[in-house]
Amino acid sequence: MPPLPFPDTVPLSWYLILSAVLFCLGVAGFVYRRNVITVFMSIELMLNAVNLSFITFSYKLKHIDGHIFAFFVMVVAAAEAAVGLAIILTVFKNRHTLQIDDVNSLKW
Amino acid sequence: MLAGFAVLCAISLVSQTHPIASALSLIGVMGALAVLYLQLGAEFLAAAQMIVYAGAIMVLFVFVIMLLNAGAETEGKPVSRWARFSGMFMMAAFLGIISFIIQAQLPPTGGVTFGAWVGGTAQEIGILLFTTYLLPFEVTSVLILIALVGAIVLARKEV
Repeated sequence: MPPLPFPDTVPLSWYLILSAVLFCLGVAGFVYRRNVITVFMSIELMLNAVNLSFITFSYKLKHIDGHIFAFFVMVVAAAEAAVGLAIILTVFKNRHTLQIDDVNSLKW
Repeated sequence: MLAGFAVLCAISLVSQTHPIASALSLIGVMGALAVLYLQLGAEFLAAAQMIVYAGAIMVLFVFVIMLLNAGAETEGKPVSRWARFSGMFMMAAFLGIISFIIQAQLPPTGGVTFGAWVGGTAQEIGILLFTTYLLPFEVTSVLILIALVGAIVLARKEV
C-alpha cells in the first residue's frame, strides 16, 4: 500500500485551532441566523468546540480531569437543550413564529 | 481530514436555511468530533458524545423541528452590508489571532498518534467521578432533575 498523502501524526495545536474555528462558526451562526432552532444549534456547536479543547489539553497534560469537565459540559448541554426546546415550543404555541425578530417583547 | 469534515459540516450548519439540513450537519460535526476524541484517547467521551449528543439531543432537535413544522428561514430584517462585512472581518481577525497565539505560545509538541495515550476509559473516569468529583456529580443530578421539571412545566398545555 502506498503511503498516505497526509502524515499519520497531527500536531496538537491543530486540534485547538479546529476548536477555535468551530467556536467562531458557532458564534457566527448565533449572530447571523434568524431561526430560533438554528441559533440553538449554534450554541450546541460552541459547547462542542469547548469540549474539544478540554480534551486536547487533557491529552497534552496526560491528565484525565479535562474529560470530567467535558463530561459536565455535556450534561449541562443536555439539560439546556431540554429546557430550551421546551421554551421554544411554548413561544411557538403563543406566537406561531420561529423567527427571532418577531419575538421582541423584551426589547425596549 | 476529519477536521476538514467537521469544519465543512459546521459551515453547512451555519449557512443552511432549512433547520433540518442544519441539524443533519450538526450530527456530522458531532460524529467527526467523536472520532477526534477517540484519537485523543478519550474513549468514554467519544461514546458519550455519540450517544448523548448525536443520539439524544439531536433526536430532540429533529423532533421539535418536525413538530413545529419549521420551514426554511424567511428573510427577516435585512442586515446591513457593512455590518455583515465587518462581522466577517472581525471573526476572521479573531480566528487569526487565536491561531497565532496557539501556535506561538504552545511549546512544540509531538504529534498526536492514535493510541499513544488512552486515559479516558470508562473505568478511570468512573473512579475519578465518584471520588474527587463526587459533589459536582451529585449536583449534576439535581440539575438534571430541575431541567426535567422545568421542561415539563414549560411544555404543559396551559402556559
